[in-house]
Amino acid sequence: MADNEDKTVDRREFLKGAAAAAFVSESGATGSAGGAQDHDHQIVPSDPTLRVKALESLLVDKGLVDRAALDVIVDTFETKVGPRNGARVVARAWVDPAYKARLLQNATAAIAEIGFASYQGEDMVVLENGPKVHNMVVCTLCSCYPWSMLGLPPVWYKSAPYRSRAVIDPRGVLREFGLELADDVEIRVWDSTAEIRYIVLPERPAGSERMTEEALAALVTRDSMIGTAKVDLTPAGERP
Amino acid sequence: MNGVHDMGGMQDMGPVERERQEPTFHASWEGRVYALWRVLRARGGTWNLDAFRHDVERLPPADYLRMTYYERWFTWMIAKLVSTGDATPNEIETGVPAQGSGRATPPITSQRAADMALRRPTARRDVPAVARFTQGQPARARNMNPIGHTRLPRYVRGKAGVVVLDRGVFLFPDTNAHFLGEKPQHLYSVRFSARELWGESASTRDSVYLDLWDDYLETV
Repeated sequence: MADNEDKTVDRREFLKGAAAAAFVSESGATGSAGGAQDHDHQIVPSDPTLRVKALESLLVDKGLVDRAALDVIVDTFETKVGPRNGARVVARAWVDPAYKARLLQNATAAIAEIGFASYQGEDMVVLENGPKVHNMVVCTLCSCYPWSMLGLPPVWYKSAPYRSRAVIDPRGVLREFGLELADDVEIRVWDSTAEIRYIVLPERPAGSERMTEEALAALVTRDSMIGTAKVDLTPAGERP
Repeated sequence: MNGVHDMGGMQDMGPVERERQEPTFHASWEGRVYALWRVLRARGGTWNLDAFRHDVERLPPADYLRMTYYERWFTWMIAKLVSTGDATPNEIETGVPAQGSGRATPPITSQRAADMALRRPTARRDVPAVARFTQGQPARARNMNPIGHTRLPRYVRGKAGVVVLDRGVFLFPDTNAHFLGEKPQHLYSVRFSARELWGESASTRDSVYLDLWDDYLETV
């Protein structure tokens, strides 16, 4: 064990150095973010674009990575996965009670059933919201998130305010999302500390009884599947 | 490790700030860092997920809080590449391989990247392990403060809950992060009442569920 401890100290010392070297902090030119994210992006590295480009070029020249492989991964996450995947699962569960039962029983298998069979490796669990039970998901330790179904997590999900407060003050957090829950609603917060990935099955909104599965899927927002919002009749893409 | 990453229950971190129509990546370099991370990690060995998490947790606390998400990743990546001998600080600074250094064949082709982009290496292990708890059994999260990696958050240590489900056998991050073996064991969904965690001001109805490994729990 002593050996191992020495190693971790070394790693830490190295990370300290790397933190200093990787980003010249404080005064850098703003580039990446801005807008609503200033709080989280207030210190921007002076030249992240150049530094990352240099690292990529080095690793390509050393034959450690293939640039085309990087392009494929970026493209996958920018264009091929996102909350639309999860929305299809939710809409199917709303229109097909037998599917919903399978989904709640074994989400990994039920998700694979509807064309996501290649999205392997995630142990998925689906949590059903109802009039008296509200589930919401957080990862207090890092950023665990069901990215095959929802895409990569938004900045707020990875931020200190959400990670710190979701478990101790879920009602206060939900209020900031515009969701006021009555005292008689039970809130279950799921802290994804292991390799189980959760998505919430939100309540089907009133007034949607005659809608097709496809139209229903268009109503389902990312936040409703994290459990920080409800679904209403506003299509997800038209929400502010 | 009782690090700054273990945020559950901390207060005064400010409001949750949301961005409308948030892009997947806020700048192209973030996407490149993400993709580099995926491709490098796919090489296996010491690039395991638990070791990565632990390295990030060990960033100096002020840096951890100050940096954006992908800044942490980039910082980690540079340190990792140097510690594994894959690159020298000078090479990283210049972006040019040292003279005479060899050229490898990239292990991850674009075809393989397409196959693996949406797959995770599973942490589930198909090996027998003794389950010390059963569904419905009360259990207490151990009061432990390891200096290494753990997925047992501080806010739940010493608290009593109820095992609601046995999720099966998973590798144990506390040992895997330090390359001390996978130590596969049962993982349980455990329910803790908000009152147990936060005291009398908490709602009597609410609760927090965590997935906890056998080694994190003791009988009540």
